[in-house]
Amino acid sequence: MNTTATTDSHATEHGLSTAGYVRIALILAAITGLEVSTYYVDFGRLFLPALLIMMAIKFVMVVSYFMHLKFDNKVFSWLFYTGLVLAVGVYCAALATFKFFG
Amino acid sequence: MWLFLGTECLLFGGLISTYMLYRGRVGTGPRPSQVFDIPFTSVSSFVLLMSSLTMVLAVSAAHKRDDRSTNLWLVITALLGTTFVGGQVYEFTAFYNEGMGFSTSLFSSSFFVLTGFHGVHVTVGIIMLLALRGMLKNNKVPGSRAETVEMIGLYWHFVDIVWIIIFTLIYLIPA
Repeated sequence: MNTTATTDSHATEHGLSTAGYVRIALILAAITGLEVSTYYVDFGRLFLPALLIMMAIKFVMVVSYFMHLKFDNKVFSWLFYTGLVLAVGVYCAALATFKFFG
Repeated sequence: MWLFLGTECLLFGGLISTYMLYRGRVGTGPRPSQVFDIPFTSVSSFVLLMSSLTMVLAVSAAHKRDDRSTNLWLVITALLGTTFVGGQVYEFTAFYNEGMGFSTSLFSSSFFVLTGFHGVHVTVGIIMLLALRGMLKNNKVPGSRAETVEMIGLYWHFVDIVWIIIFTLIYLIPA
């Protein structure tokens, strides 16, 4: 009994329980299914924003729950998201450069 | 590890930017919509996504000091990763047979460099998983076992999130 209680609290210390991880995976699978459906169903003007929002949700869910960033020290979040923001900046700068000077 | 992953974001940011700039430049080669097999790539994406679940279960088992489950989940993760890489090799072969080689167009070059780099990252991840499994089995992991499994888990999840972006931007959004 004590062992079970210890392992359970240890699991939640480092993130979710097994059932919690499976739930997150099912949500991710469902979002992937929705993403693929946009290839077959005409979403009209919602197509691009819907895809980008679903991509962002999946990204944040994996980083927060599977990579435990939500439960870790905030310094790690800063390190990771700084790299990410810089990467998006590189993309925008490259696109702008080619648009104006290409 | 987080600092390393931050720099990896920059690497893939550059590769994705290059692809986005060149994806319309197909020259005489096939267009993306003519070669991409969305149902096949969707299954591959699903496999890689599920490998993130098995990896996090390996990390969770390592924290609980359950060596048997840790080993099992690590091997399943490596198998799912191998399935993904196998799918990528099949996809590349199919593209080549349809007339899309590495130097056919700017689109094909940037596509192969981006997805090829990702494939190499997955392959390195598989090697790390199998090496870790061997080290765990022979009690050769220096320091905390759970921490080592978690470090490799972080790398594996990173490879997965990069694919989440590639799948949407490269495969699902038409050029």
